[in-house]
Amino acid sequence: MERVAEILITILIPVGGAFALIGSWGLVRLPSLMTRLHGPTKATTLGVGSILIASMLYFPVYEGRFSAHELLITLFLFITAPITANMIAKAHLHRQGSGIDPNPADEMPEGLPDPTNWATFRTNASRRSDAQHPDEN
Amino acid sequence: MIAIAISAGFVMISVAILLNAVRLFLGPTRGDRILALDTMVINAIALIVLIGIHERTTFYFEAALLMAMVGFVGTVAYAKFLLRGDIVE
Repeated sequence: MERVAEILITILIPVGGAFALIGSWGLVRLPSLMTRLHGPTKATTLGVGSILIASMLYFPVYEGRFSAHELLITLFLFITAPITANMIAKAHLHRQGSGIDPNPADEMPEGLPDPTNWATFRTNASRRSDAQHPDEN
Repeated sequence: MIAIAISAGFVMISVAILLNAVRLFLGPTRGDRILALDTMVINAIALIVLIGIHERTTFYFEAALLMAMVGFVGTVAYAKFLLRGDIVE
């Protein structure tokens, strides 16, 4: 039993660290914010989940006590990661629509869907007036 | 064996936090900086849990739980502020 747990923990911790590292590497090298969102929200969250599972195996086997804290942290992280990604993407789209953040789609030819239909609390009319006076934000 | 794995985990998570710091400095938009901070908090949680395994205590789990909650609330507050110019309306 202890042998199996040791092997599992020894595999899970480097796998989790590798996932976190890959997610952060994606954060550094991908070209725009919308692509950068992918690394941390998926890979890094999975990596932390893997390390938490290793901790959940370690304490009952080696210390003889079980705690539900890891489960709580894992649940909380897995629930909140998509929400934070959604909020950041919404704020980014809002600032793109207001002409503050650069929009890679501006240099692309036509044929793309109309970029003014994102639900970011603003009407298209106010967004157009913001684009003419970007200093007000 | 576990000690080696924990050392490897420490190295990888630390490098990940350094990479997040690079993105935090480079920006270029505010969304990037918020995302870098959020990722940094998640990596810090992993580091805290690893320290807990290394020291063989369960004291650090409360800290990790608090980091998870404060990180989430902070990120949402930043994003909300960018979105609306106000946090609680």
